[in-house]
Amino acid sequence: MAERQDRDPRNDEQEANEREQMPVRGSEAYRAELYEIQKVDFALVELTLYLDTHPGDIQAVQQFNQLAQRRRQLVYPFEMRYGPMLQFGLSFTRYPWQWNDEPWPWQV
Amino acid sequence: MWVYEKKLQYPVKVGKCDPRMARYLIEQYGGADGELSAALRYLNQRYTIPGKVIGLLNDIGTEEFAHLEMIATMVYKLTKDATPEMMEAAGLAPHYVNHDNALYYENAGGVPWTATYIAAKGDPIADLYEDIAAEEKARATYQWLIDMTDDVDIQDSLKFLRQREIIHSLRFREAVEILKADREQKKMY
Repeated sequence: MAERQDRDPRNDEQEANEREQMPVRGSEAYRAELYEIQKVDFALVELTLYLDTHPGDIQAVQQFNQLAQRRRQLVYPFEMRYGPMLQFGLSFTRYPWQWNDEPWPWQV
Repeated sequence: MWVYEKKLQYPVKVGKCDPRMARYLIEQYGGADGELSAALRYLNQRYTIPGKVIGLLNDIGTEEFAHLEMIATMVYKLTKDATPEMMEAAGLAPHYVNHDNALYYENAGGVPWTATYIAAKGDPIADLYEDIAAEEKARATYQWLIDMTDDVDIQDSLKFLRQREIIHSLRFREAVEILKADREQKKMY
């Protein structure tokens, strides 16, 4: 019967494979994806300070907004995989509360 | 208010347990020209600095906290597996008996952080020159720290921080020019 298929050993195997690909905070993949965000964030920090003293540079403003958009595109899937980066409601959380999940940045 | 972001500004990798290097790095954690001093100096000055440069002091002050966390990460990783004997061999016995392997806001000589490390004169030019000098001193300290280790991973993170000091100094110099130009314009009326 169809509802009995979950007991099929092949399904257990499939489940184990999925578990193997489960995103792990602190893993090689985590660090590689985080590095992509760190690169964009670095450009955004640099542009922020530059624009603080050059507020009339239209090209820098355009670049800032483009990178702010790019950042959102990178952070959304990262947070879906590894949990929230920001606190106080600026990131969503799964159940149970994910914020306490290690590693913290100094433990990575 | 501030919002914490659960990541470092730049990766910190540590090749080996090295409490000796941690002892030197603590200068940039709780020393006169360290990151705590920098963050508190700018975030305190921003209340009374002219409006045109408040944003800059706010943003550099905030970035300094990210740098403080990078230094803390280096010190933590360099000492987390150190035995009391290793701490003692690195000259950290006085630190160990008071703090175990915990971090503390002190300089490389073990002197606790003090607010006398930071200035707020209220005069915008005086304050910005203070900030430029602080960045140059921090840049020099990072160079001396790079010279004190052969751990290429630590050197990489320290080079990132050294370069940030150069940019901060440059931006503060621009802020001085902005305020000077503003002052000249006001004299014209």
